[in-house]
Amino acid sequence: MSNTDKQFVTITINDKEIEAVPGSMLIDVADKSDIHIPRFCYHKKLSVAANCRMCLVDVEKAPKPLPACATPVNEGMVVWTKSERALTAQKDTMEFLLINHPLDCPICDQGGECELQDLSMEFGSGTSNFHEMKRVVVDKDIGELVATEMTRCIQCTRCVRFGEEIAGMREMGATGRGDRMEIGTFVEKSLDSEISGNIIDICPVGALTAKPSRYHSRAWEMMQTPSIASHDCVGSNVKLHTFKKKLVRVIAAENEDINECWISDRDRFSYQGVYADDRVEKPMIKYNGIWKEVDWSTALDRTVEKLTEVSAKDIAVLASARATLEELYLLQKSMRSIGVANIDHRLRQVDFNDQESSGAYPSLGMKIADIENLDSILLVGSNVRKEQPMINQRIRKAALNGAKIMCVNPLELDFNYDVDAQRVSNPVEMIKTLAIIAKASYILSKTEIPAGLNDLFTSVRLNKADKVFAENLIASKNSAVFLGSISMQHPGYSTLRALSKAIAGNTGSTLAYLSGASNSAGAWLAGVVPHQKEAGQKADIIGKNAGEMLSKTKKVYMLLDLELERDSDNPQQAKAAMNQADTIIAVTPYANKTLLSLADIILPSAAYAETSGTYVNAEGTWQSFKAAAKSYGEARPAWKILRVLGNKLDVKGFDYVSSKDVRNELQGLCENVNNENPVSVEGIYTKLDDVTSQSLYRIGNVGEFSGDSLVRRATALQKSNPEQNAVQLNAKQAALLGLKDLPTVDNEHAEKEVMVDVKQGEVVVSMPLLINDNIPDKCALLASGTKSSSLLGSAFGEIEITA
Amino acid sequence: MAATQTILTKHETDEIDMWLKRFPEDRGQSALLAALRAVMHEDHYLSTEKMDAVADYLGLSKIAVYEVASFYSMYELEEKAAAKNTIAVCTNISCMLNGSDNIVEHIEEKLGIKMGETTPDGEFFFKIEEECLAACCGAPMMQLNHVYHENLTPEKVDELLDGVRSKASLKNKEVS
Repeated sequence: MSNTDKQFVTITINDKEIEAVPGSMLIDVADKSDIHIPRFCYHKKLSVAANCRMCLVDVEKAPKPLPACATPVNEGMVVWTKSERALTAQKDTMEFLLINHPLDCPICDQGGECELQDLSMEFGSGTSNFHEMKRVVVDKDIGELVATEMTRCIQCTRCVRFGEEIAGMREMGATGRGDRMEIGTFVEKSLDSEISGNIIDICPVGALTAKPSRYHSRAWEMMQTPSIASHDCVGSNVKLHTFKKKLVRVIAAENEDINECWISDRDRFSYQGVYADDRVEKPMIKYNGIWKEVDWSTALDRTVEKLTEVSAKDIAVLASARATLEELYLLQKSMRSIGVANIDHRLRQVDFNDQESSGAYPSLGMKIADIENLDSILLVGSNVRKEQPMINQRIRKAALNGAKIMCVNPLELDFNYDVDAQRVSNPVEMIKTLAIIAKASYILSKTEIPAGLNDLFTSVRLNKADKVFAENLIASKNSAVFLGSISMQHPGYSTLRALSKAIAGNTGSTLAYLSGASNSAGAWLAGVVPHQKEAGQKADIIGKNAGEMLSKTKKVYMLLDLELERDSDNPQQAKAAMNQADTIIAVTPYANKTLLSLADIILPSAAYAETSGTYVNAEGTWQSFKAAAKSYGEARPAWKILRVLGNKLDVKGFDYVSSKDVRNELQGLCENVNNENPVSVEGIYTKLDDVTSQSLYRIGNVGEFSGDSLVRRATALQKSNPEQNAVQLNAKQAALLGLKDLPTVDNEHAEKEVMVDVKQGEVVVSMPLLINDNIPDKCALLASGTKSSSLLGSAFGEIEITA
Repeated sequence: MAATQTILTKHETDEIDMWLKRFPEDRGQSALLAALRAVMHEDHYLSTEKMDAVADYLGLSKIAVYEVASFYSMYELEEKAAAKNTIAVCTNISCMLNGSDNIVEHIEEKLGIKMGETTPDGEFFFKIEEECLAACCGAPMMQLNHVYHENLTPEKVDELLDGVRSKASLKNKEVS
């Protein structure tokens, strides 16, 4: 039997016998046995570079010390990591590394958590043989998120390898040669990757640090609290760093099943929004148009009064899917107990026709980690890279493993992997495009087409090339159809969903929902949908959905952590509804001008990181977290506000002492919840009219950094993505407006800004125009959730643009 | 992989295409050195725009081109290098021992520029040559444009430089 056929080899490290997989690297084997070997360039998620030489160890019979990161283990290998030869090699390496490293630890943000500092304590010498001048590297500005101090760089190239291997776009590189080699972007440019912040975590020295938290506090002064990120359906594990009980920094925590060891820039830098200028300090009531600060009991009594003086039919309850499970459950339980049936969290959804066919909640239908084992993937209406960066990472891994990636979108999107088949058409045509693929799936799988789909299918023609989508899915053992946010915001969502179900069912694929926020699944489980109570049980009375609540005014609105003009599909309509309402009660950490003008009672709630709670991610994992930072002013965690409100409303069984009690109660109820997504299809509900020839159709999916109240207040993120505030057209379309030579989306430093007037409904808004040739004709990309779009109408609909 | 629109000249793209044929289809990076050489030949230096164009043409990330371009001393990244003639005097050990310092001094005096500078008339770029050019047996030596000249003396240098100076510029000098 040859060495490689064996399952295990036995090696000896520091006189300890260890079983190891043949071919694995010495450093991995040592790590697993808790034998620490110093290193800088080695990172378990990156390729082996073996360029820092810090991990040199003493291997028996080897003529010289070998780098543990690049030495595969062999049967009978004998290794010493602390022998004189090993230590001499490590100390010599350290002396070389320190030759050019500045002694600026006292002013370096990395000080106290620096791998170089730590290892120099262990292996460094008090004196150096190097008496010449240290080299200096001139810094380049690489954007709002990552601060550079490249003189500190020890050229481990982790950031370079991260860009190539993980982010899928090389932005950092090693330019120059020899002692003049520099790590950087060479030309001044902002990092574009949606996960660029991870280079801060992997940089072993202070060369790359977080710009927004620079010089705020020292590592040893901060408290670290594990928590869960709140901007996508993954629930990335993070560590919150607080200084004097204020949140100052967020870094990635490791969870191999969820986010491996990476987090998105959105999850890393959104914390800046916690301390926005418009945080509410005290409960407030508006008397005759004038806001007055009041105490909690006055505010809550007034809330009870307003909720009980009208019929429950006239109350609308709307909540954010970023609220915790506990908050959502208490809200639902208290409101349903006083007879309110109008309760929802799906504010960006337009088409609710098939809401009852969702199952307990729209789930991922598989584990996040299993995505990388898929052989073919069909993405339907999803800018997955920006919407769900961590899901995109798994899809990228699948793609690199040879999976076929296919997508149907209303615009051509940039992926950081090869896409095998892509169909781009305007949003309305997109339904037909998907219908063609669905039709092919029926034909190829020899399944009978349900009568309800006949009309749609006869209206489309199937070409040979269209079969590739269904063929790939059928030929794959593990395949999935993903429905993304663009689909969920789409006016024909139920049709897109029916077709996706059909494709999934016919091809034996998993149907996977990439639901928007961190707790979309939790909101369903907590019963914050009009047709379902907690744990997916049918509601006694089916209430109005979010769309209906905002298109027809109710008398009383109860809002949980929402800014309707930015969080709902149609800001104009939402504001009109609010204007006519008698009472608006807002439980919210923030009060912007719109809310102050519309609301009547404001109950200040704790913001992100200030409350304990639970998020349920798309795969159905419950992740609880503790509060890390002190609440602002008199703000209280929303679950406490709602508990007291429940007590005041005399709701039975509302004696919770901690958020854990609330969670345990709901978890007990959810024990038998099935997270499979039903795929049966009878037909379609929603038919859309074709786009009329003259107008432009808006593609208004949520911007990368405009999805919720926290990220919208994160200043560095906002500065790093100016494109999301612009309206984008292709060059041909712009030429029809008489505009030429315009700045494009990828040309960062466009000299001139061209403003155009965008009209939707009765409102005209002036905003910058960018050229993006990935957008189909007669369409305009105009993200929702942004400041300028908060004056406009529905995210998907007709708009006019004039130069 | 050829982009439909590029600022590369016909000569440059022809040259790159010729090299691309020699490598497997997905190995655009293999043609990078040759591609940059083609641009150097045309422009005498590599502008960021041209490097970006090469990156697009070969389907590489821009930084991958910058890395290679900044690594090799035969590529120049600054516009001042775009003179009609490039002089590179070796100052490594063998040449130094054989009097390369005098040669450098002579050229600096003759042209009125320091190493690393370009004459105001754009005729000569005097490169800081940091590498041994592998002609130690003929030290001191210099590379004038693409040609090696060995066993240099100030007189020989004069002859060589005057020989390449373009006729137009000589004419200008006579007039002035």
